[in-house]
Amino acid sequence: MFSSFLLHTWIAATLLAIAAGSLGYFVVLRRSAFAAHALPLAAFPGGALASLLGFAPLWGLGGFAIIGVLFLRIFSLLGRRDVAMGLLLSSFLALGGLFLSLGREYAARVYGLLFGEVLGISSASLLPLALLVSVVLLLLLWQFPILLLESTQPELANAHAISSARIEWFFLLLLALVSAAAVPVVGTLLVFTLLVSPAAAAQRLSRRPYHAWALAILFAELLSWSSIALSYWSNWPLSFFVGVQGALLFLFSRIFARS
Amino acid sequence: MTDPLHLASFLHNSAVQTALWIGALAAILNGSIGIFTVLRQHSFAGHALGDGSSAGGAVAIFLGSAALWGFLGMAWLAALAMGALGLRRARERDLATGVVLGATLGISALFLYLDVSSTQASGATVEVMFGSIFALDPQLLWPTILLVGVAIALIVLLYRPLLLIAANPDLGRAAGLPVRRLELLYLLLLGTAAALSALSIGVILATALLLGPAASALRLARRPWQSFLYAQGIALTAVLGGIYLAFMSYYWSDGASWPVSFFVVLLILLLYLASAALASRRRTKR
Repeated sequence: MFSSFLLHTWIAATLLAIAAGSLGYFVVLRRSAFAAHALPLAAFPGGALASLLGFAPLWGLGGFAIIGVLFLRIFSLLGRRDVAMGLLLSSFLALGGLFLSLGREYAARVYGLLFGEVLGISSASLLPLALLVSVVLLLLLWQFPILLLESTQPELANAHAISSARIEWFFLLLLALVSAAAVPVVGTLLVFTLLVSPAAAAQRLSRRPYHAWALAILFAELLSWSSIALSYWSNWPLSFFVGVQGALLFLFSRIFARS
Repeated sequence: MTDPLHLASFLHNSAVQTALWIGALAAILNGSIGIFTVLRQHSFAGHALGDGSSAGGAVAIFLGSAALWGFLGMAWLAALAMGALGLRRARERDLATGVVLGATLGISALFLYLDVSSTQASGATVEVMFGSIFALDPQLLWPTILLVGVAIALIVLLYRPLLLIAANPDLGRAAGLPVRRLELLYLLLLGTAAALSALSIGVILATALLLGPAASALRLARRPWQSFLYAQGIALTAVLGGIYLAFMSYYWSDGASWPVSFFVVLLILLLYLASAALASRRRTKR
């Protein structure tokens, strides 16, 4: 199970879970589950373009996720935010579908990008991934108190001259970076389970911010490790276990918190 | 060439005819339901039902039955689960939706994998996620007409209560409406709409067809009933236009036709921008 071909997956998933768990804490706090679902999908055409033109997918994914943030901000000015999000994810997916249909290995690539490939992690992609995750973590820790205040008490934050719009930009850009890093492992569709379920469970179980934050990271690690192990034993896709175990985690935390 | 627009060959192709009919029905239903969805800012639930139905499509292909029933069954199941999990508290709704969505996507990951590895359906992922509008079974036309007919009849019958609880549920409760039952009915209608667009333009583009036309229409219409007509018109334009453009792209790009869903979403996006421009010009005129 820990042989060299899976070792990359273990390292990548461990790194990712740290970033996803800690950012997920704010996704849940800010009620941004839809944004956490939409931005990984916005990265999808980047992966498709990378496979069409043959460059490293991380650049394509990151680039398109950031374009997605711009699209979201511009369309939010035009109308309702949730409509902007729905249009963003559909139009970017359609663009990705177009790129993939222009390439040759259509069917295989679609599945890999949407649901992830456990064995798709090369040793060369680990270093950029580690860099990306540490950048996200440093930025998050640097702004932790401000982000916490703005997410829970926006009026109070405004009174302290903290701009909500700037915090939103900051948060969405971090989300874009994590999405780009996570897509190769769990796929565009299930990144957000890794973001939402552990953090939602953690916030059910603890009210203290740093405590809940650490718990969210721990849950994200447990979720991704057990999913890799189960996927290895059963030969079934990793994202199946991420999705289903994420839902179970959420249900258990609800039952546990109620009793 | 006497027919540069290839209209004759377009309209006489039987695959195209089925596509046009089912696409039009999906457009009409999605445009109408979308009005309620946009009004109650329920976009995430609308998207989640569409995505969730992919699991049903994947299971249906695995079992070898028609994908429509899989899409429909799963969308209804997800609608019931969402209703049970967290319609009461708005704070919880977002998370409950997300968790249901994650679980159903996980299941579709598994079944699409099983479809590809253990049956001969190598195109299952593409078929479920991006739709297979030119490969629809003409026999599906009658069940589709029936579904859309019943759904539209329900909307017309319960037009006022549905609109009221969408705009202001507290007011609906005060007026003595059975809000919970109406909510559930709305979610089931939403599931039906999602399943039909999953069948035609694909699971992941269902959201655009649901939200885009309705949001544009709400911007242009002065009265509620007008918004329904506008939304249906915009959705029809996008779907029928998208099918035509995809058909035509076969001639432009020597043989490699572009996906229908790309053109449909492109048209929806352009019409949305046009409606924003039109509405802002109308505002400055006044």
